[in-house]
Amino acid sequence: MNLDFSFLSWGIIQSFIIKGLVFSVQLTLFAMVGGIIIGTLLALMRLSNRPLLVMPAAAYVNTMRSIPLVMVILWFFLLIPLLTGKPLGAEVSAMITFTLFEAAYYSEIMRAGIQSVAKGQVYAGYAVGMTYAQTMQLIVLPQAFRNMLPVLLTQTVILFQDTSLVYAIGAYDLLKGFEIAGKNFNRPVETYLVAAVVYFIICFSLSMLVRRLQARIAIVR
Amino acid sequence: MIDIKDVSKWYGSFQVLTDCSTSIQKGDVVVVCGPSGSGKSTLIKTVNALEPFQKGDIIVDGISVADPKTDLPKLRARVGMVFQHFELFPHLTVTENLTLAQIKVLNRPKDEALKRGLKMLDRVGLMVHKDKFPGQLSGGQQQRVAIARALSMDPIVMLFDEPTSALDPEMVGEVLDVMVLLAKEGMTMMVVTHEMGFARKVSHRVIFMDAGKIVEDCSKDEFFGDPDARSVRAKDFLSKILQH
Amino acid sequence: MTWDWQVFCKDTTSGDAVQGCFGRGGDVTYLNWIFSAWGWTLSVALLSLIVAMLVGSLMGILRTAPNKWLVLLGNAWTELFRNIPLLVQIFLWYHVIPSIFLVLRGVPSFVLVVFALGFFTSARISEQVKAGIQSLPKGQRYAGLAMGLTLPQTYRYVLLPMAFRIVIPPLTSESMNIVKNSSVAFAVSIAELTMFAMQAGEETSRNVEIYLAVTLLYFISAFAINRVMHVVEDRVRVPGMIGGK
Repeated sequence: MNLDFSFLSWGIIQSFIIKGLVFSVQLTLFAMVGGIIIGTLLALMRLSNRPLLVMPAAAYVNTMRSIPLVMVILWFFLLIPLLTGKPLGAEVSAMITFTLFEAAYYSEIMRAGIQSVAKGQVYAGYAVGMTYAQTMQLIVLPQAFRNMLPVLLTQTVILFQDTSLVYAIGAYDLLKGFEIAGKNFNRPVETYLVAAVVYFIICFSLSMLVRRLQARIAIVR
Repeated sequence: MIDIKDVSKWYGSFQVLTDCSTSIQKGDVVVVCGPSGSGKSTLIKTVNALEPFQKGDIIVDGISVADPKTDLPKLRARVGMVFQHFELFPHLTVTENLTLAQIKVLNRPKDEALKRGLKMLDRVGLMVHKDKFPGQLSGGQQQRVAIARALSMDPIVMLFDEPTSALDPEMVGEVLDVMVLLAKEGMTMMVVTHEMGFARKVSHRVIFMDAGKIVEDCSKDEFFGDPDARSVRAKDFLSKILQH
Repeated sequence: MTWDWQVFCKDTTSGDAVQGCFGRGGDVTYLNWIFSAWGWTLSVALLSLIVAMLVGSLMGILRTAPNKWLVLLGNAWTELFRNIPLLVQIFLWYHVIPSIFLVLRGVPSFVLVVFALGFFTSARISEQVKAGIQSLPKGQRYAGLAMGLTLPQTYRYVLLPMAFRIVIPPLTSESMNIVKNSSVAFAVSIAELTMFAMQAGEETSRNVEIYLAVTLLYFISAFAINRVMHVVEDRVRVPGMIGGK
């Protein structure tokens, strides 16, 4: 077994890998923010007790959670150009896909979070004359968000890992960057090893941070 | 039967037992009492090595608990223990709870284990429930089954760790009745409890613990009959407990 | 938009429609192909699940053992396989491992994928088994030991039976996840459903119909697993426990 990592100079890293890393991070952040916003809306719809709102939201969430992510990526890559009439780059398609896909998972988390806020809080809000929207915005959602912050962040780490699946449509993410570097220098073994190590370091560090955050929150409560 | 010699135990840097020494002879019924956190539950769990200790030794029927060469499972098979939260095995029927250890530890054949287990079950008055699951029984019934389970192993001594503390008041009596019966039959018993009525009725000796130390170790009559000769802490405890 | 469901009856080499939609004598229609792909998906999922359950349960048990080296081993395993994306793990097994462990050189990619998916999922299962064991009252362990059972016997007869019952609901979602995750095998050309969707879609240009059929099959698989786990949960339920009869 001959491992030769010498080709991984800073120049190589800059030209191939940074570009992919930037996209992966952008995709993750975009999908996280968008996903949480849409997810919260979906959660509110499901908890609203109005069948017209509950059923579409539930159908959406259950569908997204039953299909493999790769299939969802393929679907959106196929459908969005059909619907908009314009051809779509893999990167933009990925942004839309991941936001809408992760929204389903974030919505389950926010749903649990909203339900974890004691009902008395809602009554207290109404009792001082707040509307539903105000009660949600000022009292329930801030608490729900805070309660579920560690779980939301853990889901984001999973999201970051999932972004590697844009491989299916050829988007240029971190993994693609490593793959191309490997192909150019005919060193697939070394590049995939380094890719694994890099992903591990990123995800492990983030998980540790989340754990520390969780411990902090637990004490404060 | 049981010799506890200078036992000390630390959790990290916190000392929970300090130089505890006492002796229990065959046929003795000894009650261990004291305020919360006094270490009485910890002490009783050191007797059958469920909790390790760092200093001292405990000799049970001639066998040293601290000796690394001792076969602990074999020793524990001869020491019966009843827990505060019953700890019946919820996925097994009452009968299976009674026979599991007999078969796996004592290697008794199935029908002998069954016979013995059901005999003990009958002794605690619960034969009619033999095929039920623990979740279907009340707390008092579960604890009586737990006692039967311990008795099925033919123990030389029975340890009770606050056996009635988790029971609703109306069920305490049925469990204490079983324990009184056991005591009258001459079983060697070490009982951690708050039930002073039981202590007065059936025990021979009372051990009072406070902050990890054995503060009082005297006969029942001395403990209850002569409170002024007792230490300050014991007197304090007695006055609070005996209000009921 | 026009629909062409007939595409499934077309022969994959000649492109002509075949009577009865299933090919004969060596000729294969897209319908044959999709069912074969489904078979691959389910095989990968099932075998990976077995690997994941065996390894994951072991790691979960180690993480609750009184020996700190065993705990460390279990934790290290879990963290390693949790923090690397599944696709990267599959690439590792496909490109890297056979170079390092020469004995695995000639092994078919199907086996490598089963290991990759199995080990990846085992990290999640170890988490659930550990949580299941730790959710049991501490006294159960004491009660087992107090009766003279050795620690392994206590795990076997007292702790694990209950822990596994508690763990069945999360295990259900893990089983469904593994069917979904099997789709990542497309990256190393395993002939499963997603690979079929990509290739058949390209060949016939009837992407919508192909994708719909594949999606439907994924739905059916997930639903079937859900039902099976439900039956399992019912069968092993203990009367008197939460959710019991």
